[in-house]
Amino acid sequence: MVAVLTRIFGVHNLALAEDVVQDAFCRALEVWSFRGVPKNPSAWLMTAAKNRALDMLRREYTARTYEPELTKWLRSEWTLAPIVEEMFTDNAIKDDQLRMMFSCCHPRLPEEAQVMLILHILCGFGVNEVANAFVTTYTAVEKRIPRAKKVLAGSSRLFDTQVPADFSIRLPVVQRALYLLFNEGYHGASTEFAVRTELCQEAVRLARLLLSHPLAATPATHALAALMCLNAARLPGRIDAAGDLHSLADQDRSKWDQRLLSEGLELLELAASGSDLTDYHLEAAIASVHASAGRLEDTDWGQIVSLYDLLMSMRPSPIVALNRAIAIAQRDGPERGLEEINLISDADRLGSYPFLAAALGELELRRGQYGAALDHFQAAIRLARNGMERRFLERRLDACQRGGCCGYQSHADHPQ
Amino acid sequence: MSDFTFLYRGRDTNASPEQMQKTMEKWRSWFKDLGEMGHLKDIGHPLEHSGKVVKGKQKSVTDGPFAEAKDVVGGFTLIQARDLDHAVELSKGCPILEVGGSVEVRPIQVINM
Repeated sequence: MVAVLTRIFGVHNLALAEDVVQDAFCRALEVWSFRGVPKNPSAWLMTAAKNRALDMLRREYTARTYEPELTKWLRSEWTLAPIVEEMFTDNAIKDDQLRMMFSCCHPRLPEEAQVMLILHILCGFGVNEVANAFVTTYTAVEKRIPRAKKVLAGSSRLFDTQVPADFSIRLPVVQRALYLLFNEGYHGASTEFAVRTELCQEAVRLARLLLSHPLAATPATHALAALMCLNAARLPGRIDAAGDLHSLADQDRSKWDQRLLSEGLELLELAASGSDLTDYHLEAAIASVHASAGRLEDTDWGQIVSLYDLLMSMRPSPIVALNRAIAIAQRDGPERGLEEINLISDADRLGSYPFLAAALGELELRRGQYGAALDHFQAAIRLARNGMERRFLERRLDACQRGGCCGYQSHADHPQ
Repeated sequence: MSDFTFLYRGRDTNASPEQMQKTMEKWRSWFKDLGEMGHLKDIGHPLEHSGKVVKGKQKSVTDGPFAEAKDVVGGFTLIQARDLDHAVELSKGCPILEVGGSVEVRPIQVINM
């Protein structure tokens, strides 16, 4: 709604757009508590916002300037209502969300602020929810969002998604922001939950929206959407009903979302049209290898290792290196995996990442070094960021103490 | 360039909502064309067909509208055109003509003191 209203009012009136939405929600609370929630609450809210916007435009039509190309039409009753009506049609809303998505990825904003703005404006997350999503304090977000909004409002107009040259420059930034949003949901450092499904869902929704724009539907965008779908498909297996985290090895694969899996595979196929090979392609390909293995034993680890090799050459990071080492251990045995982990050059950057210690523990466990495994898992537990991770690691600790080993488990199904 | 007023008279009162929508779209595209050609000084407003008339020294107030429906001014727009002929030419695209209405083209009087 904010996206639509900002399109009408102009980006410099972002605050006005937010006020109107706020008003619509207040009005809803008032009316709904009195008369009950209507059958279609979102349509009700849309209508309320639309009427409120019309009020505002009629009342202040001389006091403010709105979106430059619309102002003239918004000032006359000949055209005001039809234009506002048109702005609230589904297609126009979609366009406005895209435009807002691109506008939020303003080059003057750091990546994190871009994602915060997207969450706040396009996904309707309050300051509190954004703070949770980014594992930061309310006051920090409360400062950053207005600052980011000021940058946005300072740009003379919303991003024009019809200019191909600007579009292709901004597109990778938008892709990156959605990728970060997804990852934040998939394996963010929240103290409460290891997985925030709602962040992943929002990322998938926005990626689909991005695909609906002909200029944005590039191979890289398809690959990005594919990697989201393929990884999100595993979420129902990753967290069980009790809220416990499950590693890739002990997931109930029948719980994987088949619809998302096939959508992901289809998207990956579309991503292959053209010569572009991005890191999104590689991550999606890795996820597709997992997805196509009915059982853990069926996984083509050789292929996964070579995909990680490529990913390392394209976007090296200690986490990619760690995941590569784990895949090598699967292919060649725990000793080789441990060697690879020891070779990770910037492993110190993983100092606070519990799954480095967990991986070491798992591999030691698999080669029967229970004492060493125990030490690693205890170190991992000290680093655990939430109850889910902690309970997951404690179960592995139990396995060490039983001196038993039930196969590879340390890779807690983490993306890169 | 001089300024003119278009006064629109008469409107189709029996139109269905669907027809109304179509008519509104025609008006919009007409205004859009005028705007793009740089003739639209102020798009103006449509007017309700009811109102009051205040008259004479006694300031007597009577209910409008006046006379027959087809004579009531239903809206106005300010136009820029080279001369009266040009303004008349521009008015010929007005959708009101299709439903039996009329456009009154009046030059804005420039008062020099």
